[in-house]
Amino acid sequence: MNSTGAELSVEGVHVWRGDRHVLKGVSVDLGARELLHVSGPNGTGKTTLLRVVCGLLRPEQGAVSWLGKSIASVRAEYQAALAYASHEPALKGDLTALENLRFAVGLKRRVSAADLRAGLERTGVAACADLPARVLSAGQRRRVAMARVLAMSAPLWLLDEPFTNLDDAGAGLVSGLLQDHVQQGGLALVVAHHDLKLDCKVRRLELTA
Amino acid sequence: MNVGAWEAMILVVRRELCLSFRRPDQLLQPLVFFLIVTTLFPLGINPQLSLLRDMAPGVLWVAALLSSLLSLDSLFKSDADDGTLEQLALCGQGLTVIVVAKTFAHWLVTGAALVLVSPIVGTALGIPVSAFATMMLSLALGSLTLSWLGAIGAALTVGLRRGNVLLSLIVLPLAMPLLIFGAGATDGAISGVSPVGALYFLAALCVFTCTLAPFAATVALRITLE
Repeated sequence: MNSTGAELSVEGVHVWRGDRHVLKGVSVDLGARELLHVSGPNGTGKTTLLRVVCGLLRPEQGAVSWLGKSIASVRAEYQAALAYASHEPALKGDLTALENLRFAVGLKRRVSAADLRAGLERTGVAACADLPARVLSAGQRRRVAMARVLAMSAPLWLLDEPFTNLDDAGAGLVSGLLQDHVQQGGLALVVAHHDLKLDCKVRRLELTA
Repeated sequence: MNVGAWEAMILVVRRELCLSFRRPDQLLQPLVFFLIVTTLFPLGINPQLSLLRDMAPGVLWVAALLSSLLSLDSLFKSDADDGTLEQLALCGQGLTVIVVAKTFAHWLVTGAALVLVSPIVGTALGIPVSAFATMMLSLALGSLTLSWLGAIGAALTVGLRRGNVLLSLIVLPLAMPLLIFGAGATDGAISGVSPVGALYFLAALCVFTCTLAPFAATVALRITLE
């Protein structure tokens, strides 16, 4: 941990997409028990920022560091510590929900089928465990993706629009999971249009065009 | 409770095989293509056994190359389209491990399957049974090499909407040595010349590509993921 107590720090990140200057020097620090809510109008680079933080996209300028070290230099440990949910649910239609989880989470840590079923139970899609993902509704797929984030048991959650396609109960459920995660010492970076009403420390980052 | 690289590779191979067997039609397409193309040749030319036997190695190898190319397009594309490639890239194992496992699994369901049906095609083209061992060995080495080359091409074209033709244009020129030495080995075995030299060359190409291609494909994939 570095001197400021921040575990994840983003310093002066600039990203150009062709001629477009998408991220103009974004800097933010995030420590344990903190949630960063990234908001802003469409096209202001919220997803781009998330992909930079993941390490999928290398910024033209600036750096992202985890526990004081650049994420490129500690890639394996950093990736083991993060759970990313993109705006697509990232499920294989031909595999069942449980198989999808097993193959995705199994690469990160050893996990039993019972654990995965428990995760699906928590997100309210236990009944879909043995159905191929292609027959699930968009909301159910989102819940399965959330179960995958849970099962990875990673300290850092990076979620892109986790409330899309969810009904009110589902949105409440995701809020509850986020709150539990942060209160138990986790970090979360959430891109969302919603206002987050959470009983934990929420910091806001508003991106503008 | 970290997962080792071997364990991760086995898991990815199992995932790929599981996905392939859920879609038997896509699994069978390259094989049926291979059988049909090789059957067309005796129909299209004079079906004299001596003439057929002269052409058999070339026909067999060209058909094998083309049918392997058919399924290469989807090697990374299907995962890139549904977002699972990002999950794989962030799994903590390093993308190279994933690329190796995926390419090997792809070879198992295409190249290895071609090798297994090649005796049927060989019989149809009049290749003597004594040359089958050489034919199958050369096809096994050649198709594995082609899968590694194809992985580079598939990684480069993953972001394109219709990258299939470009993929062929990238991979086929690189596959020429395979065709020359693969068909040469089979031809040698038919006509009684020792095929060992050609087989060694194929094996060398296979080792060369399987050591370097995964890294090239990883770099290409990383660029397309950005």
